Amino acid sequence: MEVVFKRTTGLTGIPFHYCPGCTHGIIHRIIGEVMEELGIIEDTIGVAPVGCAGFSLDFFSCDFVGAAHGRAQAVATGIKRSLPDKMVFTYQGDGDIAAIGTAHAIHVAARGEKITSIMVNNAVFGMTGGQMAPTTLPGQVTTTSPYGRDCALSGSPIDLPKTVATLEGAVYVAAVSVDSPKNIFAAKKAIKRAFQVQQLGLGFSLVSILSTCPTNWGLSPVDSLKWLQEKMLPLYQMGELKVPEEVKGL
Amino acid sequence: MKKILIKGNEAIAEAAIQAGCKLFFGYPITPSTEVVEYLSKHLPKAGGTVLQGEDEVASINMCYGAASTGTRVMTATSSPGFSLKQEGMSYLAAAELPVVVVNVNRAGPGLGGLGPAQSDYFQCTKGGGHGDYRLIVLAPSKSQELYDFTMEAFDLADKYRNPVLIMADGFLGQMMEPVEIKERPQVELPPKDWVVDGCRGREKRKIVSYSLTNEIGEANCLRWQAKYEKIKETEQRWEEFYTEDAEYLIVGYGTCGRIGKSVVLNARKAGIKLGLIRPITLWPFPEKGFAPYKDKIKGIVTVELNAGQMIEDVKLAIECRVPVYLCNRQGGMMPSENEILEFIGKVFDLSLVREA
Ligand SMILES: Cc1ncc(C[n+]2csc(CCOP(=O)(O)OP(=O)(O)O)c2C)c(N)n1
Ligand code: SF4
Repeated sequence: MEVVFKRTTGLTGIPFHYCPGCTHGIIHRIIGEVMEELGIIEDTIGVAPVGCAGFSLDFFSCDFVGAAHGRAQAVATGIKRSLPDKMVFTYQGDGDIAAIGTAHAIHVAARGEKITSIMVNNAVFGMTGGQMAPTTLPGQVTTTSPYGRDCALSGSPIDLPKTVATLEGAVYVAAVSVDSPKNIFAAKKAIKRAFQVQQLGLGFSLVSILSTCPTNWGLSPVDSLKWLQEKMLPLYQMGELKVPEEVKGL
Repeated sequence: MKKILIKGNEAIAEAAIQAGCKLFFGYPITPSTEVVEYLSKHLPKAGGTVLQGEDEVASINMCYGAASTGTRVMTATSSPGFSLKQEGMSYLAAAELPVVVVNVNRAGPGLGGLGPAQSDYFQCTKGGGHGDYRLIVLAPSKSQELYDFTMEAFDLADKYRNPVLIMADGFLGQMMEPVEIKERPQVELPPKDWVVDGCRGREKRKIVSYSLTNEIGEANCLRWQAKYEKIKETEQRWEEFYTEDAEYLIVGYGTCGRIGKSVVLNARKAGIKLGLIRPITLWPFPEKGFAPYKDKIKGIVTVELNAGQMIEDVKLAIECRVPVYLCNRQGGMMPSENEILEFIGKVFDLSLVREA
């Protein structure tokens, strides 16, 4: 029988611990596929954060280091500076990279650290039970913004990719989504380019991915996708914000 | 063997190079800054890299990453910076990563002052960060020891897969003294068969500091504690000076241990049988050094540049069998030899024979 679809070798096969309908799983899968396609699984070291995204260290087939909350990019810097020939990536939630880890997010980009960061933006702190994140939408109800995010009280959402794209050392920056097959393909392409930028030693690459959190949004998986499309997609600047010539043709 | 005149902080930096340290991550703070400055100049020539992090938190976490790959790595800071590194220290200890950390104490609390102090003793020896963990803490008292202990710290870190702390005060870091530059001694160390460097030809590896079940959590804690017990058994270090016939002891580490020697000599001239115990490892605290004196001496004075922190460990070590008093200065000030001797005379009601 011809095999037309199989599990990627980029993932270990350990069943995901994510909630039903959570798009972390889709993102894992496409990163696994990219690592497999680029043939880099055995040359890659991932850095996992704290939060739901922190589970990732069991699921990818490559070596992994678990970092403190927000510190994944500093840890990745240490790894890359030790082993410049290896591929190093971080897989972080929006709370991790854009709240507690903001300083590192700015500085790895400013230094042009030759690592790749994947940011999974679900507009809340997932694991701790759906509190407000820097990416929470104006008016969005969370457990710590029970009357809806009041921007006068807690500021406006941070569009991290847009900020990072202004920095010289950030060579490839993309904001994608995994709400539809078309967008999943685009997301995979962006992730691939981000890794290729690292392979070429060009500088820092960041892919931000809009993701759902049905559990904490209090919506069904299908309604979560709709909410993402209606509320999140218009708010954040989407697409490839910065692409170097070198990867355009790849 | 070459002898050079060098600042204490530079001795630390030079020792790191000799010890094969390949990466240094730091953030400047007085009085430790010469470590990062010296290494920025000399480590690249030795095939290494110095990266100035955006802050101490970044620097210690960069160390975490580098140590995960098996690379020899160091960071250095002073008190307020060490506070920021506490998060990382706890994670390093839990992930059992060999990193050398230097804390050249300045006066605290808060932003404090730039003068020498030992006011981070509790923070350095009792954990500092969250959770039950221990660091091996070495306390040099002169530039040669800053050099020797730093070099050895890398081996100790690798031997036990544990962070090692060099605890100095600003006085030691800033002082210039001749230092004999030695080559790294050859020691046998366990293989680094746990590092992450890409899973080519082997199972994937993970380096983590957490345990998702309480059963694994307890097993981890028991494993760490067993390691700490072993370190306690094998690594206690101290120096004794005129202790054999001593009726009184003074106890001080680092700069205080150094001043203590002059105090002992002066006391002997004044007719007092005084001896010195200078702790070299602050953790494990050298309890073994105190054991022979538990029932032999009349009293102890600890000399500290803080409000009295090590004194608690001394009381435990001596099982509170003799009175222990604190002679201290704070805020960057240093006690003089005379001040200490007079204190000893006063608390033990001793008449000092004054030489004409
Ligand atoms: C220093 C510290 N502060 C707080 C926490 C608690 N904490 C765990 S996960 C998390 C939020 C994670 O949110 P995000 O990065 O968005 O990831 P998600 O769970 O949504 O994937 C927080 C605050 C922690 N582990 N460490
Ligand atoms: S809490 Fe949210 S982000 Fe975490 S696994 Fe569940 S759905 Fe996904």
